[in-house]
Order: sequence, then structure tokens, then C-alpha cells
Amino acid sequence: MTGPQPIVKPEVVVDPEAQTEPLLKAGNSHVADGIFHFAMLACALCVLALVGLILYELISGSRLSWHAFGLKFFFRSEWDPVNEQFGALPFVYGTLVSSFLALLLAVPLAIGVAVFITEMCPRWLKGPLAFTTELLAAIPSVIYGLWAIFVLVPVLRQYGEPFCARYLGWTGMFEGPPYGIGMLAAGIILAIMVVPIVSSITREVMTSVPQQQREAVLALGATRWEMIRTGVLRNARAGILGGIILGLGRALGETMAVTMVIGNRPEIARSLFAPGYTMASVIANEFSEATGNTYLSALIEIGLALFIVTIIVNILAQFLVWTVTRGTPARSHV
Amino acid sequence: MSEPLITNPEFAVAPISLWRRGVNSFATLAAAAAVIAVLLPLGAVFGYLIYKGIGSINWAFLTQTPKPVGEAGGGMANAIAGSAFILLIASSIGVPIGIGAGIYLAEYGRNRLGNIVRFTADVLNGVPSIVVGIVAYAIVVLAQGHFSALAGGVALAIMMIPTIARTTEEMLLLVPNTVREAAYGLGVSRWRTTLSITLRTATSGVITGVMLAFARVAGETAPLLFTAFGNQYWNWKINQPTAALSLQIFTYAISPFDEWHRQAWAGALILIVLIVLAVSAVRIVAGRGMLKGAN
Repeated sequence: MTGPQPIVKPEVVVDPEAQTEPLLKAGNSHVADGIFHFAMLACALCVLALVGLILYELISGSRLSWHAFGLKFFFRSEWDPVNEQFGALPFVYGTLVSSFLALLLAVPLAIGVAVFITEMCPRWLKGPLAFTTELLAAIPSVIYGLWAIFVLVPVLRQYGEPFCARYLGWTGMFEGPPYGIGMLAAGIILAIMVVPIVSSITREVMTSVPQQQREAVLALGATRWEMIRTGVLRNARAGILGGIILGLGRALGETMAVTMVIGNRPEIARSLFAPGYTMASVIANEFSEATGNTYLSALIEIGLALFIVTIIVNILAQFLVWTVTRGTPARSHV
Repeated sequence: MSEPLITNPEFAVAPISLWRRGVNSFATLAAAAAVIAVLLPLGAVFGYLIYKGIGSINWAFLTQTPKPVGEAGGGMANAIAGSAFILLIASSIGVPIGIGAGIYLAEYGRNRLGNIVRFTADVLNGVPSIVVGIVAYAIVVLAQGHFSALAGGVALAIMMIPTIARTTEEMLLLVPNTVREAAYGLGVSRWRTTLSITLRTATSGVITGVMLAFARVAGETAPLLFTAFGNQYWNWKINQPTAALSLQIFTYAISPFDEWHRQAWAGALILIVLIVLAVSAVRIVAGRGMLKGAN
């Protein structure tokens, strides 16, 4: 179609059939539009209301415990439901240690996987590998727990823990009888669960590093690894940190798999072989059996702490990821 | 994706030393080793599930309720049905609200309120499931006075909403504005355009989001512990405690009985097959293109 076209006046056919076409049945569209807008707004406000509701319920539920113990709640290590003395220190300790142990194991692996998928592997392998690692994230927590109880824990008891005790025993972190069940098992199963989330965020931020960066570094005569290290990883480091923190958020709140293998004993032990307890597990185990209002309130206060910590962690992570990916064209448009 | 410009070291400015080449090979090997180390547990989990589970799945397992401790046989039929029941409740609450919120974000949400809702949805997505359980307990179980399928459904619905809202928004934004303008040009009202044109065009993408949310909550256990609570018998009442597949797996896995362990594996195999089916369905739908005729 070149050149100016003659303006053809479209013939308006008033077809009585078309008038009944439901799409064009106008009605009073101002009113209808208003109602529709309002209904969608209500749905959106539901999301806000939910977070408000969560916060309100947790705060009002934990008031009793807050009045009884105050901020000291998180620094006391007694957990005595009979005498109504509660302190969350062992749970905070167990949550932090198991999560950091998980990150220690998961982060190098996750970054390795991301580097391999985005920069190294042949193209035909990219899709299947990415799908397989995402599949790890789709396995429910309870199935990881089941597998850990019957496969991971016996292996640790028989081989893993004696091995660690012999060669790393001098650190003092691998002492005591190898039960299998304990902090180490929890850390390992958490690591397996955290890897996909860290590696998928890392992949995302690595892909958003401009291609010219890679080409420039290669043009300077770098090897592939030098290119990845200086051209990609260094540019994406804030986003990768964000992915790691997001993984931390997931590890902190993870409940079932940890509950099934950590041993559930509110103690603070130096050895990773010893059983522990996490904030999420104590809620899972004791909430439905909690007798007495202070007991329930103490559990809800632990939930509140978990909620606040994971929110802070998630916001921080999203901000870090955003600092790297903001320059790239967004996946969606308006 | 990245085709190195200089693949032949001879063309490089300086010859690449043996050390640098060694480091390069080492890094490649290390990355490949990381992939293997991550795939190993995945293979082990699936391998054990199939190996342990397949022998225990039989007709009785799929049709009977649990037998008392010590008696062999029995199954998880009520738990499978219970899971479906709870997921149905969760979907009927979560899907409309989630899609509605997604529509708001995509079509009306280019403002401050939209940004706040978007941010809040992401926050809600990161809330630990056990905390959601506490909230569902507080608003449903305490109000009703007993554990119920409804409470479990509410807990799972809360977890579905942010995922559905965000994916719906993303899919609706993929629909080109020209499609909306074409509809407006024909005199179609805004709400009708959104529902019959925009949402219809993005249907398969929206369904993908719903399935992802569904797969995510289908295996959730923590929020059901003190909401749906579990039940040894059939239950079809919305305000009664209800069994769920994931809860039953948990109870059986931490029990000391071999027969129950066996059934836990079988239940886990069924659960994972359902989830993988859902995820693969999503892949197939997504592979066919998110949008039906808009590109």
C-alpha cells in the first residue's frame, strides 16, 4: 500500500442482528464501568487488608507474652510451659544457625549452576537444565522432609557425621554422638531447598548484564572465566546478593522439612550434630497443643518475629535485585 | 547467547598463559560440578519416591481410609479427597480475588495505590506459610471454635492471592494496547473490554499463573497443621476437621511404624505426580504462547 489512498467512506450497515451482539450491548456503561472499577479496586485492597490483618492478628495475639516478658523474651533460653516461663533464644539460635549453614552450602552451588546455565552450557542444554532446577523448587517441603528422614539422615549417621568428626572434629563444631538427626541435617536439607531460588535470581540478574560488557572484556583478551568474573559477576553482584538474601528469607521461614529432621529440642549446643529447634518448627509442633493463653501468646510472638524478619529480608532483597535489573527492558510493558 | 568474539587465543593481544587457561578450565569444571551436585539430590528424591512409593500404591490405598495402628492395609482415600476439598475452597476464594487484584494492577494500577498494592503483594508472597497458618487460626478457627476445612482453605487462599495477582497483571500487560483501543473504537465499554477482550486474550497466561499458585499450595503442610488439622475419616462438611494428603504424609513419616512409613512414601508419590502434572501442563500451555492471537 503506497501513496495516498482514496478515502472510502465506510458504508454503515445497520444490521438489526448486530444490535443484539452482546459485546455491543451498551447499557449504562458509565455506571457499569464504575461498578467494575470499584470491584477490582476492592480485590486489590484485599491484598493490603490481608497484610494488615496478619500484622494485627499477630500483634494482638502476642500481647500477653509481650507484657509478661518484654523484649527479654528473645534473650531468655527457658522454655517451660508448665511454669509458664518462655524464652525464644534457642529457637532464634536454631533458625539462624540452620539458615546460615544452608546458605554456606547453597550459595556456591547456586552461583555455579547459574554461571553454568547462562554462560557455559551448550544452548540445547539450557532449557532442560533450567527447568530441572526449577523443579527442585516445586517439590513440597513435606516430601523433602520425608526423604531426609529416610535417606539423608541414615547416610549422615553412617558416613557423613563420622567423617566430619574425624577430619573436622578439632573445630569443636562436629562433636558428640552422630545421631544423624540434628542441626547439620536441617542445614543440608534447607540448602537443597534454597538452591533453586538463589540460582534462578542469579540467572535473572546475570542475563540482565548487557551483552556489550561481555564482548568488551573478551576483546581485551580475557579468558571465558575472567570475562564471567570481571564482566558479569562483578556487575551483577548486588543482584546476586539480593538473591542470596531472598534465599535466606525462604530458609528462615521454612517449616516442615526442618521440623522433621532437626530433632526439636530447645537447646543451644556448639556442635552441629546436636539436635536443635527453630522458630517455625516450634510453632508447627506446639501450636495446636498449646494449653494456656501465655503459651499460645508466646508462640504467636515467635510468629510475629518471624513475620517481621522475613518482611525486612524480602524488602532488602527485592531492592538489591532491582538495582541490577532496573536498566533492562522490563518483561512487561504498558 | 554469548558468542565470544575471540575464540582463538592466537588472535588475542597477549598469549594466554598456562595459569590463566588452567584457572579457566578449573572454573568451568567447578560450575559443571555444581550442576551435578544440585541434580544429585533431585534425582535421589525422585528415585526414592518412585522406588519406595510405587510398590505401596494399590487399589486399597486409593479407596480406603486409614486403618488403626498395627493393622496392615488401609489407604489415604479420605486424605486425597480432603486435599481436593481444601484446594477447591482455597481456589474459590483465592482465584477471583487474585485475578481481580491483577486486573486492577494492570488496568487501573498506574498510580501510587497500584505501586503500594504491588509491593504489598510481593511482601505477602514472602510471608512464611506457618505464619499464614496462625492468622487463619485466629480469624477462622477461633471464631468457629473448632478446626475446619474452611480454615485450611482460607490459609491456602491467602497464599494463592499474591501469586495469582502478580502473574495476572504481567499477562494482561502483555496484551498490546492496540487491542484495547480497537475495542474502545468499536464503542465497547471499558469493563466489557477488560473482561471480554483483554482478559480473554490473556486467558492461557492467567491460567498458567493460577496453576502455578495451585501447585505451590497443593503440597503445603505447615498452614494446615492447626487449621484443617487432619481427620482419620471421610469428611465433606466445610466446618469440620479434614484430612489432607500433605498432613497425612507428615503424620505417617514421623510415626514409628513401618506400615505407615510405606504409606507415607506412596502418598508422597501421588502428591508429587499431581504437582509435576500441574507444572508440566503449565509448561505446555506457556510454550504454546501466552497470548492467543495478540502477537
